Amino acid sequence: MPDEPVGCARPTGTVLGQDAPSEEKSEEQPKTGVESMAMVKVGGKAPDFEAPAYHKGEFITVKLSDYLGKWVLICFYPGDFTFV
Amino acid sequence: MSAVAGKKDQLDELGVEILSVSTDSAFVHKIWEEVELKKMTKDGIPWPMVSDGAGNLGRVYGVYDEANGVNIRGRFLIDPDGVVQAMEVLTPPVGRKFAETIRQIHAFQHVRKTKGAEACPAGWEPGKKTLKPGPDLVGRVWEVWQPEDE
Repeated sequence: MPDEPVGCARPTGTVLGQDAPSEEKSEEQPKTGVESMAMVKVGGKAPDFEAPAYHKGEFITVKLSDYLGKWVLICFYPGDFTFV
Repeated sequence: MSAVAGKKDQLDELGVEILSVSTDSAFVHKIWEEVELKKMTKDGIPWPMVSDGAGNLGRVYGVYDEANGVNIRGRFLIDPDGVVQAMEVLTPPVGRKFAETIRQIHAFQHVRKTKGAEACPAGWEPGKKTLKPGPDLVGRVWEVWQPEDE
């Protein structure tokens, strides 16, 4: 997970191994079916992703599949500086 | 966030890595840690704070709130094969209970250790009795487990 050069662009996370969801498709079921846009479900493979992250003073890139062989807990939350 | 950071040693003992994800940029994560979280934790946030600015991760994990542009609270436990074993999603006003996450990790790790030969009934915690699913158990769970065992 090498450091990325820090620029002005707003990098974001990307889902790997399938067509990333787009704004246009988000309101309806993807027409291409579950093969191309597998939603998360228990007992199924966790969708892989690559995304920028901050870790102990460094900006890094995190790839979920780099964690294969380990237990991982992913915690989504609404936003920094919120209260709960 | 800070509630989990203070108990990370429990996750370390269980060999569980953490990733926290919000739609904030990595820059905002940095400043949040510096100005606030470091005052609520011993050494700041010890895991990668992931940025999902476009909501791509949240969408595929079913937690992205399109109307508000944020990921709602969702917790996903993934095993060493990359399989999602547990997930919990809450609307914003209610926080999670860390102890329940730890309980589930213990249970899923126990099931994995027994290669599925044992199952953990409702309320199971380490040391409590497990079930051994099979033909002999059909219709006879009551002999080995009662609701007060939860």
